[in-house]
Amino acid sequence: MQFSVRYIILFSLAVCGVCAVFVSSLAVSLKEAQEVNKLLDKKKNVLMAAGLVESGESVEASVIEERFAKFEPVVIDLETGKELPDVDPTTFDQRKAKKDPERSREAPDNNAGVNRMPLQALVYKAIGEDGSLDMLVVPVEGYGLWSTLYGFLALEGDLNTVRGLAYYEHGETPGLGGEVENPRWRALWPGRKVYGSGGDPAIEVIKGVAGPPDQAPHKVDGLSGATITSRGVSNMMRFWLGEEAFGPYIQNLHQKGAA
Amino acid sequence: MSAKNREVLLDPLFNNNPIALQVLGICSALAVTTKLEITIVMCLAVTAVLVGSNLSISLMRNKIPPSIRIIVQLTVIASLVIVTDQILKAYLFEISKQLSVFVGLIITNCIVMGRAEAYAMQNGPYSSILDALGNAAGYSVILLGTAFLRELLGSGKLFGFEVMSLVTEGGWYNPNGLMVLSPGAFFIIGFFIWAIRIWKPEQIEES
Repeated sequence: MQFSVRYIILFSLAVCGVCAVFVSSLAVSLKEAQEVNKLLDKKKNVLMAAGLVESGESVEASVIEERFAKFEPVVIDLETGKELPDVDPTTFDQRKAKKDPERSREAPDNNAGVNRMPLQALVYKAIGEDGSLDMLVVPVEGYGLWSTLYGFLALEGDLNTVRGLAYYEHGETPGLGGEVENPRWRALWPGRKVYGSGGDPAIEVIKGVAGPPDQAPHKVDGLSGATITSRGVSNMMRFWLGEEAFGPYIQNLHQKGAA
Repeated sequence: MSAKNREVLLDPLFNNNPIALQVLGICSALAVTTKLEITIVMCLAVTAVLVGSNLSISLMRNKIPPSIRIIVQLTVIASLVIVTDQILKAYLFEISKQLSVFVGLIITNCIVMGRAEAYAMQNGPYSSILDALGNAAGYSVILLGTAFLRELLGSGKLFGFEVMSLVTEGGWYNPNGLMVLSPGAFFIIGFFIWAIRIWKPEQIEES
């Protein structure tokens, strides 16, 4: 069968038109459900760091919402450490902000593998019943052996004691560096102190066994077979808790607490 | 069901398996077979795309100008894959996160376009659907077999439930690290091909 050029052009236009309408109408109608999923996923990760959801535990959306209710998302300015009540935390995407040249800057020299960092960051505060700060959850990220690890670190109201740590995205070797997800390793974190006596971040993942938190407050057991991932975790803790990242904000919170 | 239709449906299972004989679609067979749960979803996604593309190509087969048939097939397949991906993201978010790019990569899965070009362009809608189901089943059989062995030997689990207690959890089974990495799938698929060719010696290529 011979087809004229006119037919071929019209046919391809028709195919493209039908496919485009089909794909875009479906994408638009599913968008809402997808956004809800993404938001829930983020909340679940925060709850995991805070120890309110077990890893691998499958929880209903309503349970996540209920447990998340006590957290208040806040966008802060990293340099001044001030909260920015004008910025809507529900639409703020820190990862997008990091890629936007207007809203990010080149990261200072660091060994956590962070090249660019956002000017603003999204943190989660939990206020206790007496109105004082109960918990602060901050995002952390940094390079391990193969990949960037993304996670949340939860601090107690004293802004020094670890409540929990959870990584939700990484590409480390399963069974070695991938053990950052292991609940038994994560259970070693709560109770450790992140800041040393001088006020600088002192938390460190060491080689070998560190012992209980009261004997080794600043040390966490290393992951066997994953020296470089362990070092990556140390480095990213020190970077994000340090002067260049969440340090000023945490200082401000301390002063506010004292006042 | 006529003998011919039965052959169209069942042949791709073992006699003309898209992975084991034609060695197509290997990329996803390596990438998504570490856990049974995500493998099942991947197999369902491929089945849906394959049936959809064979059906639509078969319906249009006399209307498609031969000079642009490949790109027309690709447009149809790409649309179906995007739709599948969007549905997974909306209703099976956890699993779609683990499948990540591999749902999107169904577009480049040679089985889908291979069936559109080799079968749906010449045959009617009914037998094209049978062909799609047959090939999807052939693909799924190998993937599920691979995932079963990889999850069992690599993490001591099946569908996420512990079957063999791991040494790291105080048990007896020392997991095989190779199985959780992609090369593990190569070995398993190789063994499958070997086993099928012992069973059906006519598949052995002349050297």
